[in-house]
Amino acid sequence: MDLTVEWGQVHALLGENGAGKSTLMNVVYGLVRPDSGEISFDGRAVHIGSPQDAIKLGIGMVHQHFMLIPPLTVAENVILGNEIATGLGVVDQRQAISKVAELSRKYGLEVDPSRRVEDLSVGVQQRVEILKALYRGARLLILDEPTAVLTPQEVRGLFDVVHALVRDGAAVIFITHKLAEVIEVADQITVMRRGKVVATTSPKESNQAELARLMVGRSVLLRVEKGEAKPGQVLLELKDLSVQDDRHQVAVDGVSLEVRAGEILGIAGVEGNGQNELVEAIVGLRMPRAGAILLGGRDITHASTHSTLEAGLGFIPADRHRMGIVLELPVSDNLVLSRFDRPPFARWIVRTFDAVREYAVKLIKAFDIRTQGPDQPAGSLSGGNQQKLVVAREIGTQPKVLLASQPTRGVDVGSIEFIHRRLVEERDHGMGVLLVSSELDEVLSLADRVAVVYRGRVVAIFDQKEADRDRIGLLMAGAA
Amino acid sequence: MTDFLSHLDIFCFIIAALVASTPLVLAAMGGVMSERSGVVNIALEGIMLTSAFAGYAAAVATHNLWLGVLVAIVAGMLIAALHAVLSIQFLVDQIVSGTVINILAIGITGSFYRTYIQNSELAGTGVLPALHLNFLPNAPFIGVITLAALALIPIVHFLLFRTVFGLRTRACGEHPLAAETAGINVYFVRYSNVILSGALAGLGGAYFTLQQIGNFLPNMTGGRGFIALAAMIFGGWTPVGAFLASLLFAGADALSGRLQIGGVQLPYQIVGMLPYVLTIVVVAGAVGRAVAPAADGKPYKKS
Amino acid sequence: MKLDRALRQRLFAAVVLPLVSVLCGFIVAGVAVVVTGSDPIEAFTALFQGAFTNERAFPETLVAMVPYVFLGLAVALGFRAGLFNIGAEGQFYLGAIFGVLAAASLHGLPGIVHIPLALASGMLGGFIWAAVPGLLKARFGAHEVITTIMLNYVAFQLTDFLINKGPMSDPHSSAPRTAFIDPAAQLPTLLAGSRLHLGLILAVLAVPVVWFLIQRTTIGFRIRTVGFSQGAARAAGISVGWTLVLAMGISGALAGLAGADEILGVSHYMPASFSVGYGFDSIAVALLARSNPWAILPSAFLFGAMRNGAAFMQLQTQVSSDLISIVQAIVIMFVAAPAMVRWILRLREVPVGGLQITQRETAGVSSET
Repeated sequence: MDLTVEWGQVHALLGENGAGKSTLMNVVYGLVRPDSGEISFDGRAVHIGSPQDAIKLGIGMVHQHFMLIPPLTVAENVILGNEIATGLGVVDQRQAISKVAELSRKYGLEVDPSRRVEDLSVGVQQRVEILKALYRGARLLILDEPTAVLTPQEVRGLFDVVHALVRDGAAVIFITHKLAEVIEVADQITVMRRGKVVATTSPKESNQAELARLMVGRSVLLRVEKGEAKPGQVLLELKDLSVQDDRHQVAVDGVSLEVRAGEILGIAGVEGNGQNELVEAIVGLRMPRAGAILLGGRDITHASTHSTLEAGLGFIPADRHRMGIVLELPVSDNLVLSRFDRPPFARWIVRTFDAVREYAVKLIKAFDIRTQGPDQPAGSLSGGNQQKLVVAREIGTQPKVLLASQPTRGVDVGSIEFIHRRLVEERDHGMGVLLVSSELDEVLSLADRVAVVYRGRVVAIFDQKEADRDRIGLLMAGAA
Repeated sequence: MTDFLSHLDIFCFIIAALVASTPLVLAAMGGVMSERSGVVNIALEGIMLTSAFAGYAAAVATHNLWLGVLVAIVAGMLIAALHAVLSIQFLVDQIVSGTVINILAIGITGSFYRTYIQNSELAGTGVLPALHLNFLPNAPFIGVITLAALALIPIVHFLLFRTVFGLRTRACGEHPLAAETAGINVYFVRYSNVILSGALAGLGGAYFTLQQIGNFLPNMTGGRGFIALAAMIFGGWTPVGAFLASLLFAGADALSGRLQIGGVQLPYQIVGMLPYVLTIVVVAGAVGRAVAPAADGKPYKKS
Repeated sequence: MKLDRALRQRLFAAVVLPLVSVLCGFIVAGVAVVVTGSDPIEAFTALFQGAFTNERAFPETLVAMVPYVFLGLAVALGFRAGLFNIGAEGQFYLGAIFGVLAAASLHGLPGIVHIPLALASGMLGGFIWAAVPGLLKARFGAHEVITTIMLNYVAFQLTDFLINKGPMSDPHSSAPRTAFIDPAAQLPTLLAGSRLHLGLILAVLAVPVVWFLIQRTTIGFRIRTVGFSQGAARAAGISVGWTLVLAMGISGALAGLAGADEILGVSHYMPASFSVGYGFDSIAVALLARSNPWAILPSAFLFGAMRNGAAFMQLQTQVSSDLISIVQAIVIMFVAAPAMVRWILRLREVPVGGLQITQRETAGVSSET
């Protein structure tokens, strides 16, 4: 794959999740080894084996997940590893602070060096990350999804800083999936899809719509045979739901949605726009701040996971290894994970293994789970079969509504097809399905209605017939 | 006149608590350094016990109390190094590794005690020189180790918060991955801190045999290593906080079973429970208020 | 003989590792013996004699084994839930206290009623003493290692208070102990002329019961699932908090049972200085058995033999019985660090899962049970 970046320019690297942008930059920063090819810097071929090598060359990287130490001050974070100290190893606080202040003034990165990082807003924290790189003499700065966590005003501030850097002769690589920003800040744009460069252009030569098309592409859709949906009564209702994330920031911002019997509602959006928190709130793993969740008319807003599942919700978690299956338990146990203490699987406190086995065999057959037998530990199944296990378990409980979060992530094509087909089948039998997926293809082919989320809000809802790929791509990326 | 005397009593009590807090403060400061770098050190108890024994044995063998103190410190460092190797290198669960050391300590000191000390004619070693407060004749003497501990409090504080070493230590305890991307050798930092904690705990161990009694008794540390951990937690993982918390716990200890409530003398064993119950309350209540270093207890594998 | 990888790994974990660990334990202990100037051969011979061949040695070994079985099961159960129950010692004491209370203060009941009653009291005492740290962990996240250790010390003080010239001490005796228990509450002797009592049968029966609990009941399923993956348990609707409390409670009940059993079967009263570290030894018992109930039997037998033999060894050769603690510590160390054993034996690593040693694996819980 080929990429050329020039000094004094802002080069945007555009693409969807999983397109390979971060990986490529991790190679440049020395965190990942390339399998083949070469990197040349300032005309010379170089080998970058670790971040230290990259730093020596003058390459700095600001990651999506900050590498900051929250309880330490700005100055301490910046100088960490390259500390300014007196002979005895005592940190020279004053010098550190003045150096940091100097740097921040030079590039317009307003920040108070003596404040603790954990007290700062995310936007300011990012500035600290940039200062870190500059302090080490970075001339090529890589910013990985820098605006993902910023408010619109902070984004402006960031652009000003980027322009100041570039005016000074530095180069900035700007990794993002947001089209509007790319148009505004970039001098050069490289679009990546599925690990390849699909286009190199510039804002003058292109526009948002075309970029969106390049980004999401006309890939071969896994076309699902689907009849018309016959939606019935409302099964799941979200009313003005607000949920906070772990940092007490608003993740879900007043979302209202309905899932009817016999329909599949798909939630499209780039990961990190509140979908996880939304899913957790529905299932009872996270309590909402405001709003209500009704399942079959019952209020499950503050219900426990157990009660929620009892009330008729099926849950396919996004992280099957940490939340979906228990790797060490056999397939049969995993298949009854939420019902193990109830007849016919247990009488009083004694488990009836025959019933469990019988049920497991049935499900294994019905869902084509490739395994040597119900006693095989679930951890030794392939990813696709593990996922089919989870799907089988949840559909097996005959829920009213099935909440499927990233149901085909990391799954082979055959299993994807199977799972999609089953979801449609259950829909036809009257189940309501809430599909949350960052795979736009999946949502577009499966869902009867598509809701697009951005920054915790539902920005649009389409019927499948009206769903236009390009338009949705723009909405997902925050463009109008 | 009685007023004046009761004031004196309070002073005596405070001095007693101060002296009794010596092993707690030292072990707790050791715990602070270790945990600040990200390694839980449950082995403080075992380290103190072994160091107490080692220091005593050395003092007896060489007739030199100061040498005994030195040996105690070195012994502490060696044992702490074992804990470090087990948990950092071999990725053994830090609690298990600490427990191993505690059991080993009981076993080794117990068997050596029985073999060498119990039946021998070795008298006690006498104790280290101490400060006598002439104006408080009833107050306990303030030994050298206690003074050293007090002096170490500002030193450890300075080390942790003002030096490069301290900065890197804190970084490794909060976010080892970030520290590594900044070019810091996390393994080295953690090893150093654990061994340092061993040195401090070793000095704390020396208190028992070389300052307090001048002799060695099996299991003489009596759980103080664990109470020191609670003092560390209660003190918010800072040396000064650990000191104040240790005073509190030691105060409960220094009551020596003398506590009257409404004129009724409580049984000494019940009073003896106080430090331990207090520890439980602190550990249960402090979680959430005092926040441990974020990466505390989690083994780190270099990427 | 070409064994497949999975089988090799299992053999290693179940047989090689424990054997090597014990062997290394004895080697290190042997070194310690040499250092103290004694002859290790003499010491170990005395150990063996004291455990097996001396007159009445073998029954005594079985007597020593009994509490190790119960306590080992208790700690193992904790490990299954992902908990480190170092409080077995304190729960042991509480069980004895509750047990002796029921056994000594009631009179006129037939044995068939009195014995189960006293044993059940012991279980209650242990249950309470363990459920408290369990609750503190579930509700406040308080680490059970510290809370259980603290409660151990509280238990010691409580015992001393109650029994040493306290409310439970025997008014007719100057020794610090309780009164003798009611004769009907005494566990019958199994072998005339020895101290071997019914407790052995109970202990041996406890193993399949605990196995059944863990493997065949919904309670056991909860405990195991929470021990394997709290995330998956939560997502399936299992209450992780309550499961932890329950696991601690049952674990404590087993430890308490051990305490009551010792009173009813061996001493028939409770002295103020009750245990000599049975509870701590049992951590090694559980780790050596990799938390497998069936394996607890041979593991407990080994430790019982060592404890019994050590008493004779100390008498005979002046080598301290604390040596056993050294063996234990080394055993734990090696069992908990399979990597170390592999390194010593120059075995190639079995790459399944790599070198990642989870807390569970360290605690000796084997994945396939």
